[in-house]
Amino acid sequence: MDERRFKKRTVFLVAYLIFAVLPIYWMTMMSFKTNEEILSSFTLWPTAFTWDNYRTIFTDASWYAGYINSLIYVAINTVISLTVALPAAYAFSRYSFIGDKHVFFWLLTNRMTPPAVFLLPFFQLYTTLGLMDTHIAVALAHLVFNVPLAVWILEGFMSGIPREIDETAYIDGYSFPHFFARIFLPLIKAGVGVAAFFCFMFSWVELLLARTLTSVDAKPIVATMTRTVSASGMDWAVLAAAGVLTIVPGAIVIWFVRHYIAKGFAMGRV
Amino acid sequence: MSTTVKPVNQRAWWLILPVVICVAFSAVLPLMTVVNYSVQDIFGPERRVFVGTEWFASVLRDEELHGALLRQLGFSLSVLVVEIPLGIALALAMPAQGWKSSAVLVLVALSLLIPWNVVGTIWQIYGRADIGLLGATLDKLGIDYSYTGDATDAWLTVLAMDVWHWTPLVALLAFAGLRSIPDAYYQAARIDGASKFAVFRYIQLPKMRGVLMIAVLLRFMDSFMIYTEPFVLTGGGPGNSTTFLSQFLTQKAVGQFDLGPAAAFSLIYFLIILLLCFVLYNWMQRVGTGNQEAGHG
Repeated sequence: MDERRFKKRTVFLVAYLIFAVLPIYWMTMMSFKTNEEILSSFTLWPTAFTWDNYRTIFTDASWYAGYINSLIYVAINTVISLTVALPAAYAFSRYSFIGDKHVFFWLLTNRMTPPAVFLLPFFQLYTTLGLMDTHIAVALAHLVFNVPLAVWILEGFMSGIPREIDETAYIDGYSFPHFFARIFLPLIKAGVGVAAFFCFMFSWVELLLARTLTSVDAKPIVATMTRTVSASGMDWAVLAAAGVLTIVPGAIVIWFVRHYIAKGFAMGRV
Repeated sequence: MSTTVKPVNQRAWWLILPVVICVAFSAVLPLMTVVNYSVQDIFGPERRVFVGTEWFASVLRDEELHGALLRQLGFSLSVLVVEIPLGIALALAMPAQGWKSSAVLVLVALSLLIPWNVVGTIWQIYGRADIGLLGATLDKLGIDYSYTGDATDAWLTVLAMDVWHWTPLVALLAFAGLRSIPDAYYQAARIDGASKFAVFRYIQLPKMRGVLMIAVLLRFMDSFMIYTEPFVLTGGGPGNSTTFLSQFLTQKAVGQFDLGPAAAFSLIYFLIILLLCFVLYNWMQRVGTGNQEAGHG
């Protein structure tokens, strides 16, 4: 009985993994093909294997600069999101104060505003401030959806840590910043890892705001990829290669936080 | 937030001040601008007339908007109905530890890390009957499939793409929830001779309540705001079968330079999401608590 259950589960898992990996397999194969091969016939793997598409990306500054720009604003955004979300999540999980529930829900509502709503106001705001086409502009704009999420996740983790730990630390004479950095942060580092992963992910894949707020100097890779439509048609092969390369940074990040995710996102009640 | 009594401390406001400032800067200021537009008729930078609620009235009566809203609701509902059970099933099937667990986690998470326009682009080729794997396979099976020509096919392709793209999020959250259940619960269940289903219904499901709430709300909000993927894949077509609210709004704001109505539409759109999330949030909180009581009884 158990044996059969186990088999059914494995079959389901393998079936899903195939479903999950096939489009990515297809993209990877496309990145090693030439445009002619992609568009002319159906082939399961490249008949004329080529590295040219990757060579184009690594030698053309307008391509690889996109990756650097994206990484810069994603890093700034993740750092700011976590820095402001940590004390706030602590306050929400430890104290009650006037309007706490309302502020918490208000924060979540900001995640519900469709980016399309904000395109024009953002454009005008950042033009006025002279921030257009800078990394900081995109990083700030992405705070709209990342800060609420980070607070939400971290609050859950922090609520899973008993309050007695704080009280003992204060009795032992720790100041608040000292306690927070030395004792509390190590306790919730899993939560910080998971929150960082989600901030990274949502900022990395967002297109609308990033494209609207940049033109040349801070143009992200997601926007660079939209311009491969040219007179000669779509450059599918290079686009596929660029797509494969966009997965790499995220895959590295998830490799580092995989244990944290497994260890219990759900420690607290969220 | 927590149900246990927390000490009252008004100075805690200092701790959330940075968040409030950040979000106020990047959310409240733009929102105020939108409110400002929504009550004016704008002809140019210096020429605008106050029109009150005229735009709101005209947007609410717009037949096309009703259509887009219905399509949106249908789509978001389908997303939840497919992705939440599938994500839970996947989390239950994932190995709990060892290198297999790590490998499966990374493989499952891969689709989340692909930029949204790339997702659309891959599926564009992937779904083509002449040169794409999915399209060609369906074609070989004798199914007449074309996401560019047939409205149902296009809709199903967008849904399949969303399921492929976002089920991992539900699975990761549910998996984390499952891992946090102490072994003692399972041992107790074994002693009681509980069936697999009983373990799921009275132990695993209630314990996953918190993370599932995040999953449902996130998937609902994000699917309600979906823009890039269907835009790249189908451009909203054929006809307007895959034109969801976001795209409809962008067409209005960017395509027709109609700032006033677009702003009014934005606000109505935002309020709809807000209302639905509020209802969902409260409903799930009540259902979840009921579950837990049943579990104890």
